Amino acid sequence: MTEKTVIRGGRGGAALADILFRWLSFALAATIVCLFAAFIVILIIEAWPAISAFGLKFPFSSEWNPVSERFGALVPVVGTLLSTTVAMLIALPISFGIAFFLAEISPHWLRGPVGTAIELLAAIPSIVYGMWGLFVIAPLLSGYVEPWIIAHLGYIPIFSGPPMGIGILTAGMVLALMVIPFIAALTRDVFMMTPRNLKEAAYGLGATRFEVVRDVMIPYGKKGIVGAVFLGLGRALGETMAVTFVIGNAHNLSWSLLAPGNSIASMLANEFTEADGVLYTASLIELGLILFVITFIVLGSAQLWLRSGPGGKRR
Amino acid sequence: MRFVKLLSFIVIALFFVAHPALGRTINGAGATFPYPAYAKWAWMYNRATGVKLNYQSIGSGGGVKQIKAKTVDFGASDAPLKPAELKKHGLMQFPMIMGGVVPVANLPGIRANQLVLSGSVLADIFLGKIRRWNNARIAKENPGAKLPTMAITVVHRADGSGTTWIFTNYLSKVSRDWRKKVGNAKAVSWPTGIGGKGNEGVAGFVRKVRGALGYVEYAYALQNKMTSFKLVNHDGNAVAPTAENFQAAAAGADWAGAEGYYMVLTNQPGPQAWPITGASFVLMHKRQVRADRALAVLSFFDWCYRNGTKAAMALDYVSMPESVVRMVEASWAGEIRAQDGGAIWPAR
Repeated sequence: MTEKTVIRGGRGGAALADILFRWLSFALAATIVCLFAAFIVILIIEAWPAISAFGLKFPFSSEWNPVSERFGALVPVVGTLLSTTVAMLIALPISFGIAFFLAEISPHWLRGPVGTAIELLAAIPSIVYGMWGLFVIAPLLSGYVEPWIIAHLGYIPIFSGPPMGIGILTAGMVLALMVIPFIAALTRDVFMMTPRNLKEAAYGLGATRFEVVRDVMIPYGKKGIVGAVFLGLGRALGETMAVTFVIGNAHNLSWSLLAPGNSIASMLANEFTEADGVLYTASLIELGLILFVITFIVLGSAQLWLRSGPGGKRR
Repeated sequence: MRFVKLLSFIVIALFFVAHPALGRTINGAGATFPYPAYAKWAWMYNRATGVKLNYQSIGSGGGVKQIKAKTVDFGASDAPLKPAELKKHGLMQFPMIMGGVVPVANLPGIRANQLVLSGSVLADIFLGKIRRWNNARIAKENPGAKLPTMAITVVHRADGSGTTWIFTNYLSKVSRDWRKKVGNAKAVSWPTGIGGKGNEGVAGFVRKVRGALGYVEYAYALQNKMTSFKLVNHDGNAVAPTAENFQAAAAGADWAGAEGYYMVLTNQPGPQAWPITGASFVLMHKRQVRADRALAVLSFFDWCYRNGTKAAMALDYVSMPESVVRMVEASWAGEIRAQDGGAIWPAR
């Protein structure tokens, strides 16, 4: 009799613990959603003076004048998107190359050291990348690379201008270096997860290594690869310190990648502490809101594409 | 176990009681321009009296915000607040220290203070109208100098800054175009160039980019051994940036006639006056809730006025002249009040 009650009591306790655990984990998950909503609400409230003053013109105006208090987001939005695009154009092929090498071609003894080196690169603080960009990459670009680009490709508007070594291109290159470790390490892990029998079957059918990568490994790990790319993209979009060092922080709109520009994150870092006046501060906060929206759109469209795209449902 | 708890409690309590400086810390925040001097003074004052100063050099705008929000005992700003704004927030301001802003360039083969620039040429370079170093207007002011054919890359501040306020104030005075198109503020819409964060950021870019021209607080130009320029001043003389010439700019200033010490030292008359000189200001509330804290702050600044000159000179700043100090301390006595309406300064 007593034994039974003990057991029943025990079961009751377990059930209670189960319910508690369920609610606790639900509450924890809910905080994320609340936090997300709170972010948006607070950003909108704080940015309201700018939103109501400039309305829909804000994202499309290139003016940024603290003296006359007229603000627009076009220059930093373009700078953010351009520097990120340059970074991804450089980083993607390199990262995939690294990942493919490590997963398929590299001899076993080399995998460990190279893999560790990549992970170490990912752990370097961004300000170190920024300083390295300013002290090493910028002089290299202004002394050797950019004069050559201007001499040979200067007739194309995106490669014109004086060789300063500081600008969108430099920012993109530094950003590329910062995201390569992330994308490479994750893509390598995804490649490694391809089942051996699938690859061997492909090789058995006479496929070359390139064909195995293209037709077996990439389709199999598609979701993971896209995830890796967007993780890198997210880092590049929001990177602040490294970009501030090399982008030139100039409020100017130019066709040239060699010209200085500005990014949303670095503008916020530079100007927020010293922004006086309600409209100036609100405009900076609206910039933050825009960055939030851009990131949201990018990640959201990646999700949608993964869900609807061909082969997206296979896993 | 209980004994250990009790003991640790006593130790912690003793620490608070026995640590005199803990209750005697002055908090200030603001301008980066005078920070090296304030830091040095704070260290000297702490050794002399045991009172600690905690100064956060977050920038002039931040200093003004913080003192308005009453989170600090004093704020510091390189741009003086207008009398109307002081009144609105119940603040008073007084000048603490002076210094110079200096144009610096990266020009191989050109020595410091070898080239002369006039205000209008400087303004037109920063407006993007003069784009090369061998421009005819620069050549006209420097007969015989071998000017490089390089493009000029303007370097300005990316962050809002009191240094920028002083610099653009000068350009607004010497160039009608600048006044109309750009204006005078801590952050402006720059017509051309690249932006560095802080004086050190501007100095860094100027050293990295050949042909660059920027402006920094004098100490940064000296420390980095940068190529500075002579400027044509109000009286038409070409003067070099030196502590004596900053002092000369300050000498002619009529502080007594300046309401709320609203005084700008750019483009001052005087044969030796450096045209881009500025004072850095301290802001305090006129009505003090805690009279003892206010007195501690005023005692510190009084000590700095009297004992800080040499340290300031060593860091290439200019201290306030005796006559101005007397005026400022009279304002303390007259304007800063405790909650009961009694004067706080001089100490009773």
